Amino acid sequence: MSVLLIAEHNNKELKAFTLNAITAASQIDGDVHALLIGNNCADVAKSLSEIPLVKKVIQVEAAHYENFLPENFAPLVVKVSEKYSHVISSANTFGKNLMPRVAALLDTSQVSDIIKVISPDTFLRPIYAGNVFATVKSTDEKKCVTIRPTSFEPCVTSSGSASIEKVDAVDEFTSSKFIKREEVKSDRPELGTARIVISGGRGMQSGENFKLITDIADKLNAAIGASRAAVDAGYISNEHQVGQTGKVVVPDLYIAVGISGAIQHLAGMKESKIIVAINKDGEAPIFSVADYGLEADLFEALPQFLEELNKLNTIQK
Amino acid sequence: MKILVAVKRVIDYNVQIRVKEDGTGIVTDNIKMSTNPPDDNAIEEAVKIKEAGTEIEVVAVTVGEDKAQETVRKALAVGADRGIHVKVDGIVEPLAVAKILQKIVDNEKPDLVFLGKQAIDDDCNQTGQMLSALLNWPQATFASKINIKDNKLEVIREIDEGLETIEVNLPAIVTCDLRLNEPRYASLPNIMKAKKKPIEEFTAIDLGVDVTPRVQQIKVEEPPKRKAGIKVSSVAELVQKLKNEAKVI
Repeated sequence: MSVLLIAEHNNKELKAFTLNAITAASQIDGDVHALLIGNNCADVAKSLSEIPLVKKVIQVEAAHYENFLPENFAPLVVKVSEKYSHVISSANTFGKNLMPRVAALLDTSQVSDIIKVISPDTFLRPIYAGNVFATVKSTDEKKCVTIRPTSFEPCVTSSGSASIEKVDAVDEFTSSKFIKREEVKSDRPELGTARIVISGGRGMQSGENFKLITDIADKLNAAIGASRAAVDAGYISNEHQVGQTGKVVVPDLYIAVGISGAIQHLAGMKESKIIVAINKDGEAPIFSVADYGLEADLFEALPQFLEELNKLNTIQK
Repeated sequence: MKILVAVKRVIDYNVQIRVKEDGTGIVTDNIKMSTNPPDDNAIEEAVKIKEAGTEIEVVAVTVGEDKAQETVRKALAVGADRGIHVKVDGIVEPLAVAKILQKIVDNEKPDLVFLGKQAIDDDCNQTGQMLSALLNWPQATFASKINIKDNKLEVIREIDEGLETIEVNLPAIVTCDLRLNEPRYASLPNIMKAKKKPIEEFTAIDLGVDVTPRVQQIKVEEPPKRKAGIKVSSVAELVQKLKNEAKVI
């Protein structure tokens, strides 16, 4: 039994969540092989080979793998997966797009978004936006599993020395074409991996008012989040959305400002280590999950918050 | 042109989900059910394309128990032309649904299949991608904008890093994000008219698909509850607690 881990990367470096997926894979079986599909991605192969939990790197390069289209990736993953008991990837938009295509070709019923490995065939996964945990057992011979990255620690990245094996590409799928990717560049930490997240909701009342949040985020080196209501109202762009249909975040500190705490939002943040809620409605459901609740008008509280932070001089970068 | 839209009946998104005491499932008796929210976006997009063009037929299909037909009826009320109901009881996994939809596609030969990107009950996010694989068609997942040009479809997709644009040849599968459009409500006259629109019925056996689950649900439970926190009386107190008690800043 060995586990095939599909690495996510940008042809230059590994994406951070691959490290969490490797940890999850190693909990299923110690013999973890990393499959790297891309173009001109030798540096990534080297990084993977230095991860102690990775026992072998399988590298496949071709021009048509440059942009990670699942139509091109899936038949190759199926071919390589022949000798493996499990195929694993992160349950982010990369893995969500790719893994079901692989699973269907293998005639396997996929287990999505697991938060715990109970045994090699049994897993814990949230359903109903995290309001219910289901323990599920896969009876398929080959298992396709995606893992929720924030539920597993990232693995150690140095001192390993796995071999790198090169495998031939398979034919290109010509009916789908990548056009462009518009990545939102920011000096701030990524929402999915930030240690501190500060989010605004409908209570912010406008996009301009998010400046109050931004100032504090700058001070705390925090990522900026938002509720769906704030995104739908046009206060902030969609990649900031935290919740069932947005991102799931598990920071050390989550500060919810002007967010009432709809089920769909709680699904995205309630596993955070410390939750702070600032809301003028003392009955808002967000207070039921908050470690520290401040019932206050955010337009008064946020400037004060910034001022208090300025008095401290021990902010960790 | 023909557009097939798959819709699923789920517990309404505003309902507080409760687990059965014996851990065998979710309480569904006397619970409000609705169409899975992103499936409403899928129907809306198909109807918008139909309204902007000529000779476009929209067919709504669902897989599920008798009452699942309500979701097809709702799709007909907002503009789909006819419906298909594949009757299956109990849990049907995404792979089985994809196999059923594959048979429907073989019969109907649509140019496009629209689905919601994810169902809000099992949160699997699999069916559209699996159907694409079985058909060997292009897949445009998590679509927030689509644009048909000639025999191609340009799709803007929502990805973790931002947005991605791809172009796929028809026929193709599209899975719809909530931001794709604003679903309309059905008017009363259209609800009445929808009652006369045809719905064809099949069973999984008619279509030759084995729907036996491959993933056993051992038990379901409520997640551990967070212990209640405290209310602080001022911003200064909050910052002190975060620094000295929680030690997170």
